[in-house]
Amino acid sequence: MTAATDVVSSRRSMAETIGDWARRNRWTLGLVALLVGFLAFTKLIGPGYGAPEIQNLAIGALPIALAAVAQAIVVISGGIDLSVGSIMALTSVTSAVLMMDQSEEFAVVVVLGVLLMGIAIGAINGAIIVITRVPDIVVTLAMSFVWAGATLLVLDSPGGGAADWFKGLISGSIVSEWIPRALVVLVVVVGVVWIPLRRSILGLSVYATGSDRLAAFRSGVSVGRTKIIAYALTGLFCALGGLAVTASTGAGSPVPGAYTLQSVAAIVLGGVSLAGGRGGILGPILAVFILQLVRTDLTFLEVNPNFSTVIQGVILIGVVLLGSVLAMRRVRA
Amino acid sequence: MSVSVGTGERNPSSTAEEWRRLFRDRPLIPLLGLLVVLVLVLQLARPGIVSPEWLGVTMRAAIPLAILAGCQTLAMLTGGIDLSVGAIASMAAFVMATLATDQGPIVAVAVGLAAAALAGAVNGVGVGIFKVHPLIMTLGMGLVILGLTSVYQLAMVQSPVDVPDAIEWLGSETTLTFLPNNLLVFIPVAALIIIGLRRSGYGRLLFAVGDNPIAARLSGARVWQVLVALYVISAVLAALAGFLVAGLVKTATIQLVEESLLPSVAAAVIGGTSIMGGRGGYAGTIVGALILTVLGTLLTVLDMPEAARQILFGIIIVAVAAAYTRVTGES
Repeated sequence: MTAATDVVSSRRSMAETIGDWARRNRWTLGLVALLVGFLAFTKLIGPGYGAPEIQNLAIGALPIALAAVAQAIVVISGGIDLSVGSIMALTSVTSAVLMMDQSEEFAVVVVLGVLLMGIAIGAINGAIIVITRVPDIVVTLAMSFVWAGATLLVLDSPGGGAADWFKGLISGSIVSEWIPRALVVLVVVVGVVWIPLRRSILGLSVYATGSDRLAAFRSGVSVGRTKIIAYALTGLFCALGGLAVTASTGAGSPVPGAYTLQSVAAIVLGGVSLAGGRGGILGPILAVFILQLVRTDLTFLEVNPNFSTVIQGVILIGVVLLGSVLAMRRVRA
Repeated sequence: MSVSVGTGERNPSSTAEEWRRLFRDRPLIPLLGLLVVLVLVLQLARPGIVSPEWLGVTMRAAIPLAILAGCQTLAMLTGGIDLSVGAIASMAAFVMATLATDQGPIVAVAVGLAAAALAGAVNGVGVGIFKVHPLIMTLGMGLVILGLTSVYQLAMVQSPVDVPDAIEWLGSETTLTFLPNNLLVFIPVAALIIIGLRRSGYGRLLFAVGDNPIAARLSGARVWQVLVALYVISAVLAALAGFLVAGLVKTATIQLVEESLLPSVAAAVIGGTSIMGGRGGYAGTIVGALILTVLGTLLTVLDMPEAARQILFGIIIVAVAAAYTRVTGES
């Protein structure tokens, strides 16, 4: 009898747990549904859409997804980094210059060195913000000039090269032709850094700092240190993004791509609050894939490419608008 | 926003504190000092460069930047930012230049201004009514406007891009060698902004909204109306700057003014306007725009490569902003 009620109650609580989980992750679940919907729609309008196109999608999305992860971490910690694009350009050209005409083994050293460089750059951004107490947006805007200038010092016109194994790392597929290597790289890289972080005290500090600096400070979180570490992690992911650019193009270009803008768009779409302290990593990554698919679909539909800029902007504004309308309704209710 | 850990020593009688107070209350004085130092260094680097012609050229280049920085100053006073000014200015200038031949300059200018005001109104509705973060709203609108302008460019591919003579005269010529004609646009604009911020009720509302939007609302200010008006004003100012730039380079492209976007934010920050809202003014911004222009000339004269210019540019913005935060004691 008691055992039976226990089972019933535990079953109910399990349903409740799933319900709670779904409610907490409804934005991410919505994005998954949207992504599936877009994939189906893409297949519908372009029946030839298959494994090679999925591989291209993953390769194209990889640098943007890494930029989005970079931006997400710093925004969760309560900041914003407008130098993401410049840091990616700097790390990309550095890796391309160092790898040119060098042995395959040396490239491993280059990759590790560039990752350390990304961490250092991010830490410099963070340290300036913490020490000078100038708002994040001003510092990172100014530092975007500094890193872009440094990029030109390293390489003033497109060039450099990349090791063969490095280029091979993200092209093609693994196990099945439906699993692109670039996607696997993304999952592994993000998993290795983010999952341990999310479960650690440091991860908790990052969220705490972002949601309420003063409360975090009073609960014993070293706010300044957390912020610097968050920026350093952002730098690390920017470096990964820069390496992805080098790997996918086989060279470095000193002109920063539109990664800063795209990363901000992706995190907003991905459910990260610009006020800090809320959101995750999965949402922004899903958002990047959705935005890439939108672009593919527009090509399939033979929409004037100039309109795709308009549509990107409209999507960005529309999603934020929707979010704030929902929030307002919740407050009113 | 942030935690102030230890407020630091407060000793009102010390001279350091008096200096600090002077800088805080009269930020124009150190800024003008910096400007003079830059001009002196320029004169030392290339003796004889500082002349009436140089003054005219420098002011002519600084004025469109100062107008765009005015957009940022107004937006930043309310705690916002307007990252769509580059796109709006380019769009207004391009629309004006394509319509000028067929419709006449007056209609062309009017249509350009109206299109800009419409874009500003969309920004204002998003920020004021739907409470979208200004950074996102204006960034997104920048994309939308750039895209729409390129579509418009395709539609208008038949009509010539021609900047009217009057606008070229305003944008590029100087009177008496040291008075650029674009002062005719700039002086009324600057006077309106400076006096408007100090004396008008709307000016005080901008400061109030930036200081504390909730307090402003509770004291009866209609915050959304203030913000809609703000972004419309900002867009119209941007359009004026766009016309002047088109007059200066004597042509118009869809990304004509885009490269002035980040310097416009920088000029406002250097001029002492806080991006967190509630503190700042336009006089400082004008000096900020002059400082950036002179600095650009100096770096060119010193034959600095583009890379070094950008790095120095970034470092100076951070340094000046850090000095302000130190002096004003806010964080």
